[in-house]
Amino acid sequence: MFTFTFPQLLQQLANGVTVGCLYALVAIGYTMVYGILRLINFAHCDIFMMSMYFCYYAITVFSLPWPIALVLVVVATAVLGVIIEKSAYKPLREAPRISLLISAIGVSYLLENLATVVFTGVPRSFPAVGDMQEILTFGEVRVMKLAIYAPIIMLVLLFSLLFLINKTKTGMAMRASSKDFETARLMGINVNKTISMTFLIGSALAAVGAVIWGQRYPQIQPFVGVMPGLKCFIAAVIGGIGNIKGAVVGGMLLGVMEILIVWRFSALSGYKDAFAFIILIVILLFKPTGLFGETFVDKV
Amino acid sequence: MKKSLSLPRILTIACLVLLAVMVQLISMGALPFIDNYMIRVLNLCAVYAILGLSMNLVNGFTGMFSLGQAGFMAVGAYVTALFAMTPEVKERVFYLEPIEEWLGAIHMPFIVALLLGGLAAAVLSFFIGFPVLRLKGDYLAIATLGFAEIIRIIFLNLQTITNGAMGVKNIPPTADIRWCFAVLTLMVVFMLRLINSSYGRAFKAIRDDEIAAEAMGINLFKHKMMSFILSSFIAGIGGGLMASVVSAITPNLFRFTLAYDILLIVVLGGQGSITGTVVSAFVITAAKEWLRWLDAGFSLGPITVPEIAGLRMVIFSVLLMVIILFYRQGFFGSREFSWEGLFNIFRPKKKGDKKEAA
Amino acid sequence: MSETTAARRVLHTEAATMRFGGVTAVNNLNVEVFEGEIVALIGPNGAGKTTAFNLITGVYTPTEGKVFFAPGRSGEAPQAETEITGKKADAITRMGMARTFQNIRLFKTQTVFENILIGQHLHIKSGLFSAVLGIGHKEEKAMRERADELLQLLGLDHVRNEPCASLPYGLQRKLEIARALATNPTLLLLDEPAAGMNPQETVELTDFIRDIRSRFSLSVLMIEHHMDLVMDISDRIYVLDFGQTIAAGTPAEIQNNPRVIEAYLGVDADA
Repeated sequence: MFTFTFPQLLQQLANGVTVGCLYALVAIGYTMVYGILRLINFAHCDIFMMSMYFCYYAITVFSLPWPIALVLVVVATAVLGVIIEKSAYKPLREAPRISLLISAIGVSYLLENLATVVFTGVPRSFPAVGDMQEILTFGEVRVMKLAIYAPIIMLVLLFSLLFLINKTKTGMAMRASSKDFETARLMGINVNKTISMTFLIGSALAAVGAVIWGQRYPQIQPFVGVMPGLKCFIAAVIGGIGNIKGAVVGGMLLGVMEILIVWRFSALSGYKDAFAFIILIVILLFKPTGLFGETFVDKV
Repeated sequence: MKKSLSLPRILTIACLVLLAVMVQLISMGALPFIDNYMIRVLNLCAVYAILGLSMNLVNGFTGMFSLGQAGFMAVGAYVTALFAMTPEVKERVFYLEPIEEWLGAIHMPFIVALLLGGLAAAVLSFFIGFPVLRLKGDYLAIATLGFAEIIRIIFLNLQTITNGAMGVKNIPPTADIRWCFAVLTLMVVFMLRLINSSYGRAFKAIRDDEIAAEAMGINLFKHKMMSFILSSFIAGIGGGLMASVVSAITPNLFRFTLAYDILLIVVLGGQGSITGTVVSAFVITAAKEWLRWLDAGFSLGPITVPEIAGLRMVIFSVLLMVIILFYRQGFFGSREFSWEGLFNIFRPKKKGDKKEAA
Repeated sequence: MSETTAARRVLHTEAATMRFGGVTAVNNLNVEVFEGEIVALIGPNGAGKTTAFNLITGVYTPTEGKVFFAPGRSGEAPQAETEITGKKADAITRMGMARTFQNIRLFKTQTVFENILIGQHLHIKSGLFSAVLGIGHKEEKAMRERADELLQLLGLDHVRNEPCASLPYGLQRKLEIARALATNPTLLLLDEPAAGMNPQETVELTDFIRDIRSRFSLSVLMIEHHMDLVMDISDRIYVLDFGQTIAAGTPAEIQNNPRVIEAYLGVDADA
């Protein structure tokens, strides 16, 4: 019989929510790009990885104070995202979708291999940022301050993003472009600028996610983004890809479920990475387009 | 009419015979300029071509976006390896925890093991297909990718069956160059016949327009399932050959990123082109190897580039991006090689002559 | 209702209704088609005609009501009526009902000939492996011969090996009908066969539909906007407006029906 105390449950939930927030932040990037370009941006996980290296260089190598470092990291990552969009995706605007996907895989390979050449494959340890790694004790529950910060950061960013999308001109341009490029252009929207904006925001959020991720899993190597990236993409699919709120719900759901399952069935911890896929497949069986996804409508 | 038909046929047979002779000579070591390393690369090229065909069947010809190839390859590879190895070798390989008794005792000829590997992948794909083939587009892609990862993780954990993370070593190197090219030729012939059969046309109809295909009385699920199972069978065979070619496999060899590599081959070759897949499998696999000189350090005129590990893959990714930016339809589009097409290139162009080059 | 009720009924819907969320696209539809008839479904844009087609052919399952069809193949007498409500589109086609689409849906990467061959796939008897290994080559040969016959019959043999996407619009429409005929139906549903055609082509199409009806002993249900064509060719007409059937009868009855005139008022009937 599986018995547990309430503090234990709280402990696990706190862990789950922290991981869930990380998934959510990166999943938003996947879902935004998908929403506008219908592209699974395979390179997003490597943008995440690069961001971790940026942070490592800013704090560990150049010893910048963390607030300055953080700003620089977010800016650098956002710029990287836009450069990738301009060089690898923009030329393929009219090309078949699969070419775009291959281009994304190409970027992903390029970033991973470039990182291997430039940063070498030797794992580095991620620096502590601020007091996020300090331990807080509430009775029997011990968590990093991160567990408090992560949800706050995530929610603040989420609501700013939702405000941007629903209440500003830029957001309106994004919503219009995600429906139809041609019509959006006719309405006077600069579609290319809007797409760049999307990459900028998505990458910036990935940077924030990367910094928090590094606090919890403080090791960097060139392929560090692959597994988290895949899981965040899964989170986005669970929520219904293209839907921002869905990405957040999917991320939280995935994070909490993963932690709880490993806790409950500790004998199966070897299968930890498989849980995400099982959750995904089970959800898709009941909701073939995710929890909040638009259903396919084939016009006959 | 008869005459123009028979010439290509003669040429095709001549080429096949030439290929067979070459392969036989290579395997006897009669061609001194082809060393073991090159043979290994050629074997890998053939294996990747088979895997490309497998993915092209589902993605290129049936229009389903499936990324589960790595999982089916893993099944084929492990089944082939474990069935073809002798009990003594298995006992030595599984030193951490002994292999399950029944599995340890099994030993069968490579060809039987290979076929069983393909069959196992096919059977598994049937059960996976039931839930996932109802999904569409990218949802199908992520679900199949998910299943492939689940398979890999299961293999990672089944210590007494797969030897876990350490993988299986000393797989008999039965699949030499003759094997690889013979299986590849068989697969190409099979694919050509399939694609030009009524079922192949039904697959292409589904790819072009699902709703119209259904309105033509084609049972979508049944035909998608057929394509999916056949593709998985071929992937399983490819995996089995690969196991024998590389002689050591681990679950991590079959990460989902392997499906990306195969997807690259298919798309760069041209989705829906068998010729394209084979050519691009050889070009890409060989190019990856050939670029090794980049890693070793080289000099370009006055500039000397020092030894940089990984530079090869950087250049490779850049080349890849360049190709996709300029050849959006892949090398061949959805066209196939034909002798008529080849002749047309060399024939002086007549006015209004439609060129369907290779 | 005409006096041909002695003929066998091949299709009828019983209060078929289709709702999408709060919108009722088709309400309480009762359509009948008798053997050998050409029946037209007309009505202004958005009246629910294509939706009616979709729920008859199995693309949609009606929210309420039933659909009945007398299965059979072209040239044979149809069998007894069976309910087909909720059956899948491919199963219905295999029973002997074929259709075309308003916005032409040919298999774009295939040639004209291949499009016809695909239309015959539903009757294939060889299994996958006998087809691939060439054991079923006799059947393949028969399919090819039949496809050529059909192309010749319909005057499409001169474009046999063209990629279908390169055909002029009128021929594409014709090819879509030919492809539907390849499935060997007893009931043919045509969704705006004359859309985009000039008057000359429309006249030719009228003869063409009559011709295939008798040649393949078909019953035809069609959606059409060209009133000349409809009035010329139809045995009976149903008029839909906002999902409701507002009139039914012979062309003469329809032309004088005040409700029909009202529905079309201000609407370009020839759109």
